[in-house]
Amino acid sequence: MASVAATVAPLSRARRDGVEWRLASPLALVYAAFFAAPLLLLLAISFFDDTDLTRVGGSQWIKFFTDPFYLSVIGHTLKLGAVTVLATSVLSFPLALVFCASRTGVQRLLLLIIIMPLLTSVVVRTFAWIVILAREGVINQTLLALGLSATPLPLLQTEFGLVLALTQIEMPLMLLPLITVMRTIDPNVLDASRALGASRWRTFFQVILPLSLPGWVAGSTLVFASSVTAFISQTVIGGGRLVFLPSVIWQQSMVVYNWPFAAVAAVTLLVTVLFGIGLLGALGAHFARR
Amino acid sequence: MTRRHTASELSYRLVVGFLATVAIMILVGPILVVLITSFTTAPSLKFPPPGFSFKWYEALFDPVRSRHIHVAASNTLAVGIGATIAVTVLGVAAAAGLAGKRGRWARALENGFLGPLILPTLAYGFAALMFFSLLGFRTSLPLLVIGHAVVIAPFVFRTTLASLGQLDPALLESSASLGVGRFTTFRRVTLPLIAPGIAAGAFLSFIASIDNVPVSLFLSNARTDMLPIRMWGMMESTLDVRVAAASGVLISCVVVLMVAMERLVGLSKRI
Repeated sequence: MASVAATVAPLSRARRDGVEWRLASPLALVYAAFFAAPLLLLLAISFFDDTDLTRVGGSQWIKFFTDPFYLSVIGHTLKLGAVTVLATSVLSFPLALVFCASRTGVQRLLLLIIIMPLLTSVVVRTFAWIVILAREGVINQTLLALGLSATPLPLLQTEFGLVLALTQIEMPLMLLPLITVMRTIDPNVLDASRALGASRWRTFFQVILPLSLPGWVAGSTLVFASSVTAFISQTVIGGGRLVFLPSVIWQQSMVVYNWPFAAVAAVTLLVTVLFGIGLLGALGAHFARR
Repeated sequence: MTRRHTASELSYRLVVGFLATVAIMILVGPILVVLITSFTTAPSLKFPPPGFSFKWYEALFDPVRSRHIHVAASNTLAVGIGATIAVTVLGVAAAAGLAGKRGRWARALENGFLGPLILPTLAYGFAALMFFSLLGFRTSLPLLVIGHAVVIAPFVFRTTLASLGQLDPALLESSASLGVGRFTTFRRVTLPLIAPGIAAGAFLSFIASIDNVPVSLFLSNARTDMLPIRMWGMMESTLDVRVAAASGVLISCVVVLMVAMERLVGLSKRI
């Protein structure tokens, strides 16, 4: 057996670096032709001055970045992503803690409860929140029945309603990586912390939280990227009053037919997402060093 | 000292327990609310429903009144099946070509193939629309298959790569040392071992295609209508209670498929 390993080892080391192109190139070619090429085209089209794509220039970029309305749209979009990450974090850490402390049977049930919303269409989940937040919806009916409010509260078309809906829609994306990382924490470390006299709170903030940061960063990245681009939820629950980058792209491309301007908004959305992800990664690295 | 400890212990348990309960309610509640609403007798989304009936399900399955929904549903299914078959073949091959490789190209390709998971696919959907129309293509179901394939490929690629990473290299080496060819080794040894990973990934890719909004939003039109887009339209214009019935059908399908996949391939361990 040792001789077999000896003869095989140099071969596999030589193979380790190189990609097996015969296997990987079909998907690589599909991605080059239908993923990379359209995105490069998107960037190119943003540098046309007119909607007929005849004059090259940066006027669309100038128009976008000198208009206070579009600047505030970028700000609102970033804020929506940040608030959703915060809300999903506040709810996901406790549920992940409960998950890790549960018996195997309960864990299996919890996993299915977490995965089911993820597999349910975003349109269905957005629709659910209309039923809950509407004038005759669950929350208002409850408030009226309990006498906590005399008139139905306007919950649809508010930022609160949108963040609430997005919290449900994105929470599984936070929970799954968080649980994966938290499960690997050695229980002996927690016992040691408790034995040394640290309270549960202190154990959480000084031991569990730092150790689960890689999972939090992975989850936050997915939640941020997904909530910032959640077009259906943003338009249906946010309504016309709250405008985010995705609806600017939609309006400009499919209603106004100003492709270059829509392309500027789309590239800005791409950069916004990459900026947010970079920031979260840096934040995670910063806390990991401490 | 002990009293302070028990007080902090109690507050910790209360806060964690409360927030975890809220989290579970928020995760499950909306889905239950939709299911209950879909059996309403009322023409509005009043909750709780005033009475129980199947009338919105009957309206949904009525071949005349809901013809557009049925066309959209069959388009969605056709695109989902086509795109899933394509990305399963391409994704498994690509994962096999990259598994265990550490080179610069291997890492770049892996990141590229996973890109659609975090890049805003809405920007990609718009880019694909411009790309295809500048090339002179009119929107059609094959174009939707291509657009969907790009954004759903990461799921099957990722689970297959993870399954390949867990393979014991000694198995492949002993197969090779017995003089078995590489293709036969793949077919007889590797493939049976990674089949559950492939199946879970193909399932996730299929679901991602069925639910896809950002790409269909730009690449579908009245002729090639897709179910999520049609449901969005029904939600935007008049609040049509058939959306609740359609949601009920989709939720039931997901629950059945999810439990089946959990039994067959341990889905929850592979997401």
